[in-house]
Amino acid sequence: MSILHTVNKSTYERDTLEACVRLAAKGGSVLLIEDGVYSAMSGGNKSSVIENAKDLSFYVLGPDIKARGLSEDRLIDGVKVVDYKGFVELSVSNDSVTAWL
Amino acid sequence: MSDAKKFMYINRKAPYGTIYAWESLEVVLIGAAFDQEVSLAFVDDGVYQLMKGQDTTEVGIKNFSPTYAALGDYDVNKIYIEKESLEARGLTLDDLQHLVWEDEDEDWAEKDSIRVVTSAELAEIFEQQDITLSF
Repeated sequence: MSILHTVNKSTYERDTLEACVRLAAKGGSVLLIEDGVYSAMSGGNKSSVIENAKDLSFYVLGPDIKARGLSEDRLIDGVKVVDYKGFVELSVSNDSVTAWL
Repeated sequence: MSDAKKFMYINRKAPYGTIYAWESLEVVLIGAAFDQEVSLAFVDDGVYQLMKGQDTTEVGIKNFSPTYAALGDYDVNKIYIEKESLEARGLTLDDLQHLVWEDEDEDWAEKDSIRVVTSAELAEIFEQQDITLSF
């Protein structure tokens, strides 16, 4: 059983990502979308939420980081950028999708 | 105008994820058109509203960030950014748009609109306002 978790809230405003990381099983995938992409930026005081979650794979939706003026160079190491096609591929390659709001 | 009131708009939300940022900007421009004394504060995720280089072509939402550059033309030139909010997010002033206004009294000299202030300084600025609206 593998789950794709999506998170659409900034970790600086809500604890959604922290809940997701706490409750996601080892080996799971987390895709940050919409305001969730802010959580993937390095150098912030909440960057550790992702940096410490070594058992999960993290992705960000490229169009959402571009919309917000964020640079791929400043993503936390290991976070992969996907496009809409990549979002679909992650959805079908996992057994189910859990959307954290 | 003696009946002008001091309006403060506090912006705490990131753009695009919710409509707050855009709504705030629209209300700010309306207020400015009525010759009120308008100040803006960007705190918490609100600081993301001013990020440089926003490009929304792939998400199908209007990129309203260029509109902030027009605030100076509406005499909205007191834009406060909370230092603590920038630092918490690993951002500096260089990550934000450079907003300016032209000072009529000094031969239209171009001046910076943005001031980075601490929480304590912002608290004092809030105390000086007549009306505060929060978005």
